[in-house]
Amino acid sequence: MSTEANRLPTATLPGGHLDCTGCTHRTDDWKTGPTATFLGLLLFIVYSTAAAFQGEHYMYENYLSPMYSPVVFTQLERTVTTPEGETLKVAIPGAAPVEHAWFGLKPDAWPEWLPFSPAFLILAFPGAFRFTCYYYRKAYYRSFWANPIGCAVGPFRRGLYRGETHLLLFQNLHRYALYFAIVFIGILYYDAYMGFFRHGEFGVGLGSIVLLLNATFLACYTFGCHSFRHLVGGRLNWFSKSPLAHALWKRASFLNERHMFFAWLSLFWVGFTDFFVRATSMGWIPDISTWG
Amino acid sequence: MAERTFEIWRGDRSGGEFKEYTEEVDEGMVVLDMLHRIQARQANDLSIRWNCKAGKCGSCSMEINGMPRLACMTRMNQLPAEGKIKVQPMKTFPLIKDLVTDVSWNYRQNERIRPFKPPAPDSDGKYRFQQADADRVQEFRKCIECFLCQNTCHVLRDHRKQEHFVGPRFMIRVASLEMHPLDTDDRIPDLKNEFGSGWCNITRCCTEVCPESINITDNGIIPMKERVVDRYYDPVARILRAITGGGKKLPTA
Repeated sequence: MSTEANRLPTATLPGGHLDCTGCTHRTDDWKTGPTATFLGLLLFIVYSTAAAFQGEHYMYENYLSPMYSPVVFTQLERTVTTPEGETLKVAIPGAAPVEHAWFGLKPDAWPEWLPFSPAFLILAFPGAFRFTCYYYRKAYYRSFWANPIGCAVGPFRRGLYRGETHLLLFQNLHRYALYFAIVFIGILYYDAYMGFFRHGEFGVGLGSIVLLLNATFLACYTFGCHSFRHLVGGRLNWFSKSPLAHALWKRASFLNERHMFFAWLSLFWVGFTDFFVRATSMGWIPDISTWG
Repeated sequence: MAERTFEIWRGDRSGGEFKEYTEEVDEGMVVLDMLHRIQARQANDLSIRWNCKAGKCGSCSMEINGMPRLACMTRMNQLPAEGKIKVQPMKTFPLIKDLVTDVSWNYRQNERIRPFKPPAPDSDGKYRFQQADADRVQEFRKCIECFLCQNTCHVLRDHRKQEHFVGPRFMIRVASLEMHPLDTDDRIPDLKNEFGSGWCNITRCCTEVCPESINITDNGIIPMKERVVDRYYDPVARILRAITGGGKKLPTA
């Protein structure tokens, strides 16, 4: 029952393999994963950039957006020029009060031409942690750089591939981004704790829960980090001689097996928390809480 | 009884083509069964490497509908119900004939890895360690050397960096030795300089195709890359090692 042979297309190797970017004989749905990853990451980058540049409505009562935490410097008013050419100073809505900023008001030395937002001073740290994360590396190497775009699918720019040996050697410093990320977990839990106190009175609001979940999801992501897993125990060969390290390694391994899940959940929740605080500050959604 | 049409690569390094074969499929058959049926009834000269038919020898690695898989572990009802089924040899290795490739490059990589080097045994002539110390490396012992991971790795498959990178199978072989509690040798410099750990960009295709479900990337390659970081890229670790007089191997306990 042999039928006539299929003639080969050009750029076909011995074995019938296609040899071009994006080429494959796969018949399953391999495109959805990288496409969804591309869109998901792009959406977050666009949202977080817009949120960082806005510089207002990042705090509402005792709720602070994680994209602005910790507030190193704050800015309470900005200069605007009216259509008549008059220069006015107007209050920035939803800005952190001076007593909440670690070092008070924005320094006078900050250049006028340079936009200011408290988020600019801190976003590099969580950004560096995610950028050098082993999971996100896989995600963006596949979905942004197409190397490979899918398993057994022709990659992009094959002649230039150097792996992580040249320009990308800095990825090896992921553990230093981890150290900062652990500090941020402490800060975000403090923010969540403060989210349960308004004017010194304990209470619970929707924002308190949102902030607490945000810190928790980020902690699950951070403590499932491959570098963390290595440092707490993975570097050892004799687990039986270091029971504490072994116990820590096993718990880190539990989170590490779910690293992708927490990477996405925490990413979404950071964005959602920022949106929640922003929307509450702008009056878009009511502040449901025991404080009335 | 359903019929399915296969497009099977027929040829060698000098050239070839896909040929179509239509055969009846019985319940429970795997792709290797179908290839044997085609070989018996229509193409007696079809070359296939196979042995155990149980997913344990790693011989029948090939590409089925574009995905690297073991033919003996790919059930017919796992494949799309409609359309032709394309069967090819592995792309990464030199083609010998039809579905058979020359995988000897892998054995040459294996020979480059320094073997297990235990210390002197205890006074009674025995070695002792706990199950907790063995658990991690036992995962890597599941490898059947089917070389599907090597075939899928884009560094080898598409970028053809065989002279730089040994591939995922041998990254986990090094891991199985480096993590072994009784091993005393030091392969971290080899890992970085000879075996090319930096060429892997941890995109996990090796893990996705492993028929033994070994978590090659998370449990083997990344821990090895982290040990390379300890040794070569982490300035604090280097200073601490210099202060504490750390030897060639990382502290083990």
